[in-house]
Amino acid sequence: MRKSLPFGLKTENLLSLGALVVLFVLSSIASPYFLQLRNLLNILKQVSFSGIIGLGMAFVIIAGGIDLSVGSMTAFIGAIAILIVNWLGGGFWAIAAAWIGAMILGAVAGLFNGILVTKGRVAAFIVTLGTMAIFRSLTLYIGNAGQFISNSDAYGNMGMSSVLGVPTAVWVFFILAFLLSGLLNRTRYGRYVCAVGSNEKVAAYAAIDIDKIRMLTYVITGVMVGVSAVLLSSRMNSVNSSDTAANFEMDAIAAVVIGGTPMTGGRGTVWGVVIGAVIIGMINNMLNMLSVSAYLQGTVKGLVIIAAVFIQRGSARSRNGG
Amino acid sequence: MSDVLVRTSGISKEFSSVRVLDDISIEIRKGEILGIIGENGAGKSTFIKILSGIYTPTQGSIEFDGRRVELRDAAAAKRIGVSLIPQEFNLVETLNVYENIFLGEELRTRGGLLDRRGMIAHTRELMKELGAAVDPSASIRTLSVAQKQMVEIAKAIKIESRLLIMDEPTTVLTVHEIDILFALMRRLKGKGVTIVYISHKLKEVRSVCDRVMVLRDGRFICLETTDALEIDEMARRMVGRELNQIFPPKRKAEGEVAFRVEGLAVPGLVAGLSFEIRSGEILGFAGLIGAGRTELAEAIMGIRRVSAGRIFVGGRELRIRKPADAVKAGIAYLSEDRQGAGIITSFAVHKNVTLVSLGDYARPLISRAKELEKTRFYVDRFEIKAPSLDARLENLSGGNQQKVSLAKSLDTDPKVLIVDEPTRGVDVKAKHDIYAFIRELADRGLAVMFISSELEEVMGMCERIVVMREGRAAGQVEGGHITEEEIMYYAMGIKEGV
Ligand SMILES: Nc1ncnc2c1ncn2[C@@H]1O[C@H](COP(=O)(O)OP(=O)(O)OP(=O)(O)O)[C@@H](O)[C@H]1O
Ligand SMILES: [Mg+2]
Repeated sequence: MRKSLPFGLKTENLLSLGALVVLFVLSSIASPYFLQLRNLLNILKQVSFSGIIGLGMAFVIIAGGIDLSVGSMTAFIGAIAILIVNWLGGGFWAIAAAWIGAMILGAVAGLFNGILVTKGRVAAFIVTLGTMAIFRSLTLYIGNAGQFISNSDAYGNMGMSSVLGVPTAVWVFFILAFLLSGLLNRTRYGRYVCAVGSNEKVAAYAAIDIDKIRMLTYVITGVMVGVSAVLLSSRMNSVNSSDTAANFEMDAIAAVVIGGTPMTGGRGTVWGVVIGAVIIGMINNMLNMLSVSAYLQGTVKGLVIIAAVFIQRGSARSRNGG
Repeated sequence: MSDVLVRTSGISKEFSSVRVLDDISIEIRKGEILGIIGENGAGKSTFIKILSGIYTPTQGSIEFDGRRVELRDAAAAKRIGVSLIPQEFNLVETLNVYENIFLGEELRTRGGLLDRRGMIAHTRELMKELGAAVDPSASIRTLSVAQKQMVEIAKAIKIESRLLIMDEPTTVLTVHEIDILFALMRRLKGKGVTIVYISHKLKEVRSVCDRVMVLRDGRFICLETTDALEIDEMARRMVGRELNQIFPPKRKAEGEVAFRVEGLAVPGLVAGLSFEIRSGEILGFAGLIGAGRTELAEAIMGIRRVSAGRIFVGGRELRIRKPADAVKAGIAYLSEDRQGAGIITSFAVHKNVTLVSLGDYARPLISRAKELEKTRFYVDRFEIKAPSLDARLENLSGGNQQKVSLAKSLDTDPKVLIVDEPTRGVDVKAKHDIYAFIRELADRGLAVMFISSELEEVMGMCERIVVMREGRAAGQVEGGHITEEEIMYYAMGIKEGV
């Protein structure tokens, strides 16, 4: 019997968790500043925005797909959220409307991706490569390639707010991770996501509506994008049409993969995304503290992703014996 | 020159410190056909995977033709002349037949380009030798399980090897193909090829093998000439005790018509078939490969597009467009294609068992305890041998995977049960349990559609048998006087008439 681990962790998480611990120790040796609470919270906050999207991305990848459009979708929805806030006067109801509007818009955008992938039978990579270009271009067009600036102080305050000393975005990240982890591991839908990603034909014969399951993974990701877009745009109280949320797709996918979900689909973990996101944040933080050029950080991130895949493949092989 | 081709000394194999093969020391003689029999999970496949370099033994050594060999991988075994027909298909679904047969060993023209024409011609010859109607350029995806089996066989006999290992090659073949295969085996043997043959069909083992080895729980039980082992004795040594009557008593079904199909047609495959099954009845479906039995079942389940026909369950007409519609109407289906359509090999045992019936365990959170409880029921009932309930299915033996696949279909609590090769690769003891369980379900009022290429089991289980040929019902036999010949006459088109 496999021992069950606390907090819904799985054995797949152990590798990335180990890497996290090692990094933690290394970072605290490298800089005394690292262990300060403010620095730790800052790391968490920085990774929350793409991390939240990674939570949805995990479902897409487990079901055998990929979503490259999330970065530009975040910018697009963030811009629309600011327009809603400004348009409705910037008060409480305006902010509430921005939240609801962003999530609905995310769901619709995700549905659009999902329908093209399932009913349209176009490869997910191609569909979302296309929508990635579309959302960025729409944002640039509406914003005249400039900034969307909110007139609402309340919106900006929400973005900077904390609860019990912990930034709101971090709370949202963890609460969503808890909920989506339950969705993946404890519900029919989650089981079917794994089934569809493992063997589509078996899933179809087992009376599982594979198109619906797949489509919903994109919708979930879209809703996560909506949440992230509001948090991100309110934190800056603005959206820059050309570079807000640039490369978020890479950060989200990296968090999923580093967290232990294989790109081949069929299985995966939601808490792994949290671990993966934190690992990325800690590496960035360490590079900053060691004053490594910001331009080199991408190189390190890239190497870590590749290494993660190598390590996972090795451990999968030893698990299967032979 | 000695007459021993392979000598194994003290071969053992452990998976995460569980011993599944224990100290096997045998000699395989040149030019013999050696049968290996044993219960599901006895270690047969593990043993031949070691001979063919797929697994390395935990302990022990192998001598091939008098020389000690280290078989590091399958390629090393191939180099010394070992070829294997594996129990689970190992074909690339997206490639076509000849590409699979020559995968990694493509023929080339003198210019160094792929010799497509040569490979197709060679494939056609192989198929002719096997008496199989398989188009060399057909995509593997479009083939039936039996046709895939033929491709695996062709792949293994493409070059003459010294040791040919066949792991349950006949589970999905019908008498006709099996006869051709046996003739081929005898021909190869005449040319000096040594053959290792694994099967649960003891009658076949007895007719084609020179000697038989029996394994039980990973241990060597005996190795004797076939003439010295009656079929009953083989079964007794496999199981370790006496087996009683294998088929449950038949009963004439008096119930209402529970399932009715009218003029069901699938273009090119099923030509307007009609039949009805009473509650409590097990209706058999016999026929040769390509007769359309599986296609008929898949059409009923909404997997294949139907051009005409009506389906009734309990008198109510159904509109079945997708498998979910059929399941909702109370129809359960066990596919003949275990790994392709039946189970998810990377899923644990309990997750496979509840794959179709998951709704009963989730409200809305899945109760793991309930899942495990139900799984334990099937594990006991069918004696499923698994390292643990959490074990991925790929770590179970083939026959045990089959039992899990069956459990998955049964767990929906259906009114109509369609089983396609329900005992594929299952040992004698477990067959007995499965037959008894299906009978019990029928007695509780289920209508069962029983498709099998094993005539003996169709005749043993069914009062009434529909014999299919080229997509139609070529004949129907019933009552106590069903003979194998009569069924075969209908199946081969020698006799007609319903
Ligand atoms: N990779 C693996 N990891 C763990 N256990 C394994 C693995 N492969 C096989 N086993 C176990 O080894 C035992 C023997 O399996 P094997 O496949 O050799 O049985 P078999 O005799 O071929 O049975 P069958 O008739 O069902 O094909 C089984 O109990 C199986 O669960
Ligand atoms: Mg086997």
